[in-house]
Amino acid sequence: MALLEVNNLQVSFVTRMGTNRAVDGISFSVETGKITAIIGESGSGKSVACYSMLGLIPQPPGRIDGGEALFEGRDLLQMSEAQLREIRGRDVAMIFQDPMTCLNPYMTIGKQLMEPLLYHKHVSKEQAKNRALELLEEVGIRDPESTFENFPHQFSGGMRQRVMIAMALINEPKLLIADEPTTALDVTIQAQILKLIADLQTKRDIGVIFISHDLAVVADIADQIIVMQQGKVVEGGDSQHIFHNAEHPYTRKLLAAIPAGSKTPMAGETRPLIQVRELCTWFEQGRHKEPVKAVNDVSFDINRGEVLGLVGESGSGKSTIGRSILRLVHVTSGSVTFDGTDVTRLEGGDLKNFRSRMQMIFQDPFASLNPRMTVFDTLAEPLLLHGIENRKTVASGVLKLMDDVGLARNFVRKYPHEFSGGQRQRIAIGRALATHPEFVVADEPVSALDVTIQAQILDLMQGLSREYGLTMLFVSHDLAVVRHLADRILVLYKGEVVEQGTGDDLFERPQQEYTRQLLQSIPGRALIA
Amino acid sequence: MWRFIGYRLLQAIPVILAVITVTFFLVRIAPGGPFDSEKAVMPEVKAALEAQYRLDQPLFSQYTAYLGDLARGEFGPSFKYPGRSVNELIGAGLPVTAELGFYALLVAVVIGGLAGVIASLKPNTAQDYIPMTAAMIGICMPSFLLGPLLVLVFGIHLDWLPVSGWGDIPGDKLLPSITLGSAYAAYIARLSRAGMLEVMSQDYIRTARAKGLPEWQVVTRHALRGGLIPVVAFLGPAFAGLLAGSFVVETIFQIPGLGRFYVQAAFNRDYTMILGTTVFLSTLIVLFNLLSDILAAWMNPRLRAQFGEQ
Repeated sequence: MALLEVNNLQVSFVTRMGTNRAVDGISFSVETGKITAIIGESGSGKSVACYSMLGLIPQPPGRIDGGEALFEGRDLLQMSEAQLREIRGRDVAMIFQDPMTCLNPYMTIGKQLMEPLLYHKHVSKEQAKNRALELLEEVGIRDPESTFENFPHQFSGGMRQRVMIAMALINEPKLLIADEPTTALDVTIQAQILKLIADLQTKRDIGVIFISHDLAVVADIADQIIVMQQGKVVEGGDSQHIFHNAEHPYTRKLLAAIPAGSKTPMAGETRPLIQVRELCTWFEQGRHKEPVKAVNDVSFDINRGEVLGLVGESGSGKSTIGRSILRLVHVTSGSVTFDGTDVTRLEGGDLKNFRSRMQMIFQDPFASLNPRMTVFDTLAEPLLLHGIENRKTVASGVLKLMDDVGLARNFVRKYPHEFSGGQRQRIAIGRALATHPEFVVADEPVSALDVTIQAQILDLMQGLSREYGLTMLFVSHDLAVVRHLADRILVLYKGEVVEQGTGDDLFERPQQEYTRQLLQSIPGRALIA
Repeated sequence: MWRFIGYRLLQAIPVILAVITVTFFLVRIAPGGPFDSEKAVMPEVKAALEAQYRLDQPLFSQYTAYLGDLARGEFGPSFKYPGRSVNELIGAGLPVTAELGFYALLVAVVIGGLAGVIASLKPNTAQDYIPMTAAMIGICMPSFLLGPLLVLVFGIHLDWLPVSGWGDIPGDKLLPSITLGSAYAAYIARLSRAGMLEVMSQDYIRTARAKGLPEWQVVTRHALRGGLIPVVAFLGPAFAGLLAGSFVVETIFQIPGLGRFYVQAAFNRDYTMILGTTVFLSTLIVLFNLLSDILAAWMNPRLRAQFGEQ
């Protein structure tokens, strides 16, 4: 008997706008000792399916319309709330996407860890604490005894996810549901967490449901894969089968979206547009502390028309380099020469003129667009401000931009919240390109997007950089993404450049240990090699 | 932490100085003086009185002399209660008003907090609308209407509670406390509802549910602390407001508190009494604001850590 057997599960959301069938008759099963991955893009119903079985979606607006979910032969959908509570956190445990927000910021991690054990198993506080410390040790928290009374904000994202995993496993559940557990993490940390989940699963021989939007992430760990689209299962089966003999077009699209291959580097003569020399950007920490050396003695050139990739983990200083070039942060020492002028010395009007020649695209298209401005307003503003169009011609200018970034013209009067993440990033790109900048800093522009959308945006950026003759600094933690787009790549570690070269150089002949480590972290290496 | 408190106290000095200055000159601009009355006073007597209270000196030297008194902690003699100092009068009225304010705050926190939390658990249902409508009525209803209404119902019709007094008959403190606290209960209900709604939509509440905790434990263990921080931050200004705003209630229920002295002083042009109570209350307001800010920050581990580093 399967550990969990879902038959024809149907879940709807009933709102004033009508009924939306989020999960439309899906069936799958999860075996003890196996990892089953559910893959699909945002809104495909993959999370709703799992949450609804455990009574974790609010009803209303949620509504379970039918089907069954047999956990060890008992139908979860027929259980009372009290019966479900007995199962949640004891037999079925969950870990969530964003470890930053999923732990209670007002409670020590020790208290939060012990809670499921104290509630479900009625052990003494002493026993609970010992068990919690053992688990923290097991998930790789150094010195659990002294961090036991710490609050979540004192941990890094990766460490919080480890705490979350320890909390999920503390009652030795039979089924673990992991909902995008690595999506909010850097690739290197992602690789560690994936390995941890796989190891713990093997050791305990439990069933795991791993929800993700990215096939590559689960490539190394999943036994079974279920692909969902618009509430339905479109393809499912053994993971080797899915990776090598996928039949459904959507599955193939997902596979094709995994960034692979290097861009052919630019040929012909190279003239540097930007020359960075011995750049240091330090952040003061108060009088008695050493400054944080976010960028320390970095030198490189960016040639005209080139896309330079900047790779490194959180805290490596990659974003700070981009901000230093744009003068968004104070440069401690060194020089940045842009088209012959040292921009670190510019002030006032000169700085403003220079800034109109460069633009920035940000990571989060949800936060970087003004929610009270329509697409038209957002795109028209820079056009008018910099005198590129006048009041009469601005409409045609906006429509031209929308065409360029692949937005339908009839969206022009809509507000940001009416768009998906990918569409918003298109608006943000359109805004950045409105002034015809010579140079663009793209800071993790696709990290917040689903993998299929990510591929579309990368294609768009590649096409536009060619069409507009852009010079670009492309910042990312993901080596595979950078390789896809960049002519040359700099690898950054703790504020210093450790290696540079073309994508092929780095992938095939990495010189530094850190670069090798980054390569090891790329999810689904086996698929793209 | 100490640096933060010290900094805030330093900030308070110019604020209080500004309050003193503005009040000092405003009361003197107001028409009439402390010794004007319908009965004609002999010029010599009036001159003697004015000399005694320094009113014959130039305005600016009166001002500096008053500041000098304040620096020694002296509010000066009352103009209308001969032989008694403002310090004595405040000392007599303050305990009563403080007690009334404390009970009113208790009423506000218990009733308001409960109503807000209950309303937030089922938003946009009857469980939400009924307490929130009551809260809205509480905000709109002035105490000079609510007080007499309560007296009419509980004091006269039902004859359960005394209609006036303070500490004479058991139960006479109940109606004034409710009258004074109800508007603040309404504010606190709205604040705690908004705070709880925000917290209940957080991801860590989902985590708590996924652990299998029953809903009441999710609320009490995981949501309350974060949800009530805005209420705690409001407590300081609320208590100060209760002290300063108790005049109406004290009049309705014949309570010998600070509020009545304060308003009578204004009618009487009792300069030192007006200034004394104003300075005293504004100092209290500043202190209570600081206190509740510290408390609210202390409840948030992240802010607490920042304080610790300083």
